Amino acid sequence: MANLVMFCILAVVILGSAIMCVLTKRIMRSATFLLFVLFGVAGIYFLLDYTFLGAAQISVYAGGITIMYIFAIQLVSKRTLQGLVERFKGSRVVNGILLSIVGLVTVGLVLIKNNFYNAAMQATDTEVPMEQIGTALLGSDKYQYVLPFEFISLFLLACIIGGIMIARKEDNK
Amino acid sequence: MNIPVECYLVLSTLLFFIGVFGFVTRRNLVAMLISVELVLNSVDLNFAVFNRLLFPGQLEGFFFTLFSIGVSAAETAVALAIIINVYRNYHSDQVNSIENMKF
Amino acid sequence: MEYSYAFLILLLPFLSFLVLGLLGMKMKKQVAGLIGTIMLGSLFAMSVYTAYEYFFVIGRDAATGMYPTVTVFNFTWLKFTELLTFNIGFRLTPISVMMLIVITTVSFMVHIYSFGYMAERDEHYKFEEYEHGFQRFYAYLSLFTMSMLGLVVATNIFQMYMFWELVGVCSYLLIGFYYPKHAAVHASKKAFIVTRFADLFFLIGILFFSFYVGTFNYDLNANPELIGKLASVAKEYAWVLPTALFLMFIGGAGKSAMFPLHIWLPDAMEGPTPVSALIHAATMVVAGVYQVASLFPIWVEYAPEQLHWVAYIAAFTAFYAAAVACAQRDIKRGLAFSTISQIAYMLVALGVCYALDNHEGGLGYMASMFHLFTHAMFKALLFLCSGAIIVIIGSNFKEYMGGLHKYMPITNACFLIGCIAISGVWPFAGFFSKDEIVSACFEFSPFLGWFMTLVSGMTAFYMFRLYYVIFWGQSYYELDPENRKRPAEVPFVMWGPLVFLAVISIFAGWIPFGHFVSATGQSMEIGLQHFEFSSVAWFSLLAAAIGIGLATWMYLPKYNPVPDMLQKKMPRLHKAALNRFYIDDAWQFFTHKIVFNCFSKPIAWFDRHVIDGTFNFMAWGAQEAGETIRPWQSGDVRSYASWFLTGTIALTLILLCIFS
Repeated sequence: MANLVMFCILAVVILGSAIMCVLTKRIMRSATFLLFVLFGVAGIYFLLDYTFLGAAQISVYAGGITIMYIFAIQLVSKRTLQGLVERFKGSRVVNGILLSIVGLVTVGLVLIKNNFYNAAMQATDTEVPMEQIGTALLGSDKYQYVLPFEFISLFLLACIIGGIMIARKEDNK
Repeated sequence: MNIPVECYLVLSTLLFFIGVFGFVTRRNLVAMLISVELVLNSVDLNFAVFNRLLFPGQLEGFFFTLFSIGVSAAETAVALAIIINVYRNYHSDQVNSIENMKF
Repeated sequence: MEYSYAFLILLLPFLSFLVLGLLGMKMKKQVAGLIGTIMLGSLFAMSVYTAYEYFFVIGRDAATGMYPTVTVFNFTWLKFTELLTFNIGFRLTPISVMMLIVITTVSFMVHIYSFGYMAERDEHYKFEEYEHGFQRFYAYLSLFTMSMLGLVVATNIFQMYMFWELVGVCSYLLIGFYYPKHAAVHASKKAFIVTRFADLFFLIGILFFSFYVGTFNYDLNANPELIGKLASVAKEYAWVLPTALFLMFIGGAGKSAMFPLHIWLPDAMEGPTPVSALIHAATMVVAGVYQVASLFPIWVEYAPEQLHWVAYIAAFTAFYAAAVACAQRDIKRGLAFSTISQIAYMLVALGVCYALDNHEGGLGYMASMFHLFTHAMFKALLFLCSGAIIVIIGSNFKEYMGGLHKYMPITNACFLIGCIAISGVWPFAGFFSKDEIVSACFEFSPFLGWFMTLVSGMTAFYMFRLYYVIFWGQSYYELDPENRKRPAEVPFVMWGPLVFLAVISIFAGWIPFGHFVSATGQSMEIGLQHFEFSSVAWFSLLAAAIGIGLATWMYLPKYNPVPDMLQKKMPRLHKAALNRFYIDDAWQFFTHKIVFNCFSKPIAWFDRHVIDGTFNFMAWGAQEAGETIRPWQSGDVRSYASWFLTGTIALTLILLCIFS
């Protein structure tokens, strides 16, 4: 019962923040609402007993990426920060709403058509042990993930270099 | 008592289409990127939910979500670098300012 | 190993070509000329040494009594099939050794002579455009020498074809040497196109031959297994060998200027005169003869009838060219027609053979090669003399000459020796070789024998006509000595080679040629060299005497009304002869009116309208499609996203409909 309550609270937080995020005209607020959405999603992870995932979500997303957004916003949009905001174009909004609703209906249809076998109904509320996660992440057996792990580390390096290359000031030749 | 999987799916679907709506309507590059983050989060959520509720013994969805978080971090970094560069060159952060490639 | 130096014979001139061609512009004239000449001198020495070793040191094979065919090296260059490989090699046979001597001797003399000639020529014209002409000239000469040597030592027909095309290119380059002159450019193009056209048949012939016989080799002595192959091919496909050989002969006829493919050679005289001497008199134009001679055993065995066709074509050419030569005003063109006529003699001699025997039916082979040798010497001599005259006079036309014997005594003597030699007067070189040819003709058919005797009389007539109008008769200079340049003798670098060649022209007839080259390979005696004169010899001597006498009577005095009278009486004949009996015009008509109109124009139309049209339509369609699609690229990321999502949703709905 407590789970259901928690879920409802989180869902409300997530959806509300998300709607505010896309509707607010000030970009800084938008970023702030994004932060709430991210926290909400992290909460869902905790609810699912994926505490490690929730921690990662908070530290990487909420801690890292949001900060990056805020820095970028401060670097880029001085006018936006000062309250000069973008105007929504009517046809665009209608277009977006239409598209979203049609998409929702479609996905809803798919959801209705499928029956999920809920295996977790019988499962106990236990955390995934940290040791298991660590072994799976750095093992090279079946269902172990050292290769994607290494890959993503390389990928992040490439992105760091690429980000620096793109964003650095041009040399005055 | 557990929450049925449909509830989670409805939540993530709504989140997804809110993101799509944002992407289509916003003109600011950073705002569009934020909408993309919403979309990504809804997908991550799906992975985690499917893994936890339908295949509790395994960890594929878990790790997929984990890696997805990493990838999105990288993506954000590069995208923001590009946005800063665009801003520097065009003195604008609006999406329709980059129209050089257009007919 | 014997002849281990042989590869140098091909490599040296090629290196010299590269050096002169790439670095010539940075050299002084004299340095470039000296490099070429020294290279050619060493080549000459090597060839003489090779001949000495081949004929005298190693000598005949004891078992067969023949000079052995020596393949010095022969490496595979391309491998088509297990059997059909393309080799590059170096092969010594009696005739290839003889050709080595001929080529290097004449080439060496021409190299020395060109020092004087090109310098005088440049002095005379002061053409700014010909800057670096001297170096370029020597580079081309080196390349030509290399190609010609490669041709004669070829171990297989394909190698011969390759070098054959290379000499064609050199000929093209050298005819067009004075490229600012329009006539030279036209002549070089004409020569290249005509010979290339003929070479097409050569190539087809090679393909026939190699397809059925399965090899490019043609030397029966070096490849004993070839005899069996040829026999089986002749048994199964009787038409193949005659067709292939005759097609190859058409290629040879193009190179050797046989009627009706002779039209390029007179125009080729636009090139520098030393080139005419080397390429268009002594070496390249006899490539056709050499080709037939190389394939001679196969001709005799498998295509005797076609061999006689060669004889008839050549006999007609000999007569035709001699007739035209009688009316030419340009001394070099006169010599060119004489060359055509003499080469035709060689081919007649090959064509009348009907057996591989030294005396009965195979005499012509030896006679032909003998005539090739002597003719190369005295015709090179005549051309170099005419070059000397042209340098001094500054014109090719006989009207500007006359009475030169006082001013150019050495050239006069050398030219006279050349004329006597070509006319076939005992004891000069031409007598022996030409009379062997005429006797071979008589052996084959008396008619052809008489015909060739007549032509030899004409030869004597037109050569002495040329001699008299140049060196005797009314002097152009003396008509107006005040305003005209006084002719003078040429410098030593030019008359030195003349004297050398003149000496050879006198004595070459006494070489016991039959000892070295003969149809069977065994040694044979030339009767004439032992004073055994047959009636044939007396008749041809008589014909020569009549020709010379007639020319002396008509052209020696300062003014004789007879030639003009004849010209007036038969204006049409004279005009026709002057215009080479309109063969050039016939070709012109054939190519321009018939080929261009009936073949080229429809093909051009097809190309322009159908093929180009197809591609233009495709390009137009692509462009139109692009124009239509281009506006869709709005550059707006958001609308792209909307469309993308719309598409995805639509697809999902479709799938839902299908699977529900």
